[in-house]
Amino acid sequence: MIIDLPRFIAAERPAWTELETMLDDFATNPGRRLALDEARRFHFLYQKASADLGRVATFASEPELRRYLESLVARAYAEIHETRERGVRWHPLRWLLVEVPAVFRRQVGAFWMSVLVTIVGTAFGAFAVLLDDEAKSALVPPQFAHVLQDPAERVAEEEAAANDRLGGGHATFAAQLMANNIGVSIKTLALGMTWGIGSVIMLFYNGVILGLVGADFIAAGQSAFLFGWLLPHGSFEIPAIVIAGQAAFVLAKALIGRGDRAPLAARLRAVGRDVATLVGAIAVMLVWAGLVESYFSQHHQPRIPYALKIAFGIAELAVLTAFLSSAWWRKPRATA
Amino acid sequence: MSTGELRIRTPEGITFAYQLAGPVTRCLAWTIDMTVVLVACLIISTSLGAVGAISVDLSQAIVALAFFVVPVGYGIVFEWFWRGQTVGKMVLRLRVMDADGLRLQFHQVLMRNIVRFADLLPGFYLVGGVASLLSRKAQRLGDLAAGTIVVHHRKPAEPDLEQLLGTKFNSLRAHPHLCGRLRQRTSPDEARLALQALMRRDEFEPAARVQLFTEMAAHFRTLAHFPPDVLEALPDEQFIRNVVDVLFRTNAAA
Repeated sequence: MIIDLPRFIAAERPAWTELETMLDDFATNPGRRLALDEARRFHFLYQKASADLGRVATFASEPELRRYLESLVARAYAEIHETRERGVRWHPLRWLLVEVPAVFRRQVGAFWMSVLVTIVGTAFGAFAVLLDDEAKSALVPPQFAHVLQDPAERVAEEEAAANDRLGGGHATFAAQLMANNIGVSIKTLALGMTWGIGSVIMLFYNGVILGLVGADFIAAGQSAFLFGWLLPHGSFEIPAIVIAGQAAFVLAKALIGRGDRAPLAARLRAVGRDVATLVGAIAVMLVWAGLVESYFSQHHQPRIPYALKIAFGIAELAVLTAFLSSAWWRKPRATA
Repeated sequence: MSTGELRIRTPEGITFAYQLAGPVTRCLAWTIDMTVVLVACLIISTSLGAVGAISVDLSQAIVALAFFVVPVGYGIVFEWFWRGQTVGKMVLRLRVMDADGLRLQFHQVLMRNIVRFADLLPGFYLVGGVASLLSRKAQRLGDLAAGTIVVHHRKPAEPDLEQLLGTKFNSLRAHPHLCGRLRQRTSPDEARLALQALMRRDEFEPAARVQLFTEMAAHFRTLAHFPPDVLEALPDEQFIRNVVDVLFRTNAAA
């Protein structure tokens, strides 16, 4: 049995055109909310187009018409069956103050995992430099060659610098720091898709460099300089990279799916919004860290006393901890 | 391994399909996008002369940021504001879609572009290419993480059979019982084949066109035996045209 196509098209075309017009309108106004009558009409047109597609697929075998109706039904299906949040205007302040800490708290297990890997790396780096003098040159990559210098000499040079050691290039330096650190964080996060193995290596190596430099300066009796230099920007930079590891482990956990019977796609879908929120938080933290490192961390005693820099760093860390803990009392929102 | 098509069955029992984009098409789109990114970075770096006159530091900072933000942000911004398309995807008529056929959400766009760093490893999109070849939905790692697919996106025009079939006199309709037999004995696939041959007739070489319609006419003549005087007056292509008219316009006047 084959339906009378021209007659069928002529009869149904007005409904298809109306549906297509509504869909085009949704596409150009994503935040638009339908009135009840409009929603009912839209649903009716969707069902009508679906029924027409069913008839064409069964009785006509006409590929052009079928493709056209499939396209209409597919677009309408996306609008009708989307149950995730939609059309909600994004409020940056609410996102930062409520959503970020809530997501951090919800995925705090992955954060502690990331902290653990970083601490193990830091301990390895510290022991390596304390036990073997050659460890520094073997482990430090070329871009960090400046840390190979003797700590006492470095401190003497930094403190003796009369004025601006960056020669007025603070903005450029800040931009380079932001780009580099956000790049490292993104790579750490993306490697979560290697079942977390790549992220563990990134976090561990980051910890190794941290431990190596820290132990070297402390062993040389330059603790005040170390903390005065590191804390103001490090109190945001290091947690940001650890949070990148947290996001990576959230992805890795969804990928591995141990103890979760949901299909892989559903597991990844469930954590997608949380990972994206953490990415945004990391970017904000690293922009701040870049500015502080360029404009504040590079100035040393006697221009800025170490006590002041250390106090500033500790205050930042306290604010960050309080901020990330601020949603701990809230009931976690169910993930999408 | 990808089958080239993703079929989605709606709760209403209707099935529709997306044509999945293959690695080669996606690679071409990516090449175009990279060219756009490169050109954008060059424009930014060369057009900062005015800012450099005010502050060299600021102009260098903008360049440093641009060379990081433009490549990373290009895909995110375009795919979000152009509903799943970048310049390269638009040129090759590709679109990023939700893998379940739902609306693409911002976190999905962000995720697939962030995880691109893993897909690029160890170079030239090797991980992403292998992943998309092995994936049933042709997904690279970023697509897998974000729950997205990349599909061929061609907006089909409303069909217009009237223009094809017209309202010309159809001598076959003088024999309604034979028309009924033709409709009864023709399978949907044969009907579709005849219709497609007519719709694409101008695309064929003249010799191939003649041969195609000769073979098709010979086949359809065996399904319903119209009187010789009707058939003699009809060239093969016109016969097929009349057959299609009979098959697809059941209620038209003779």
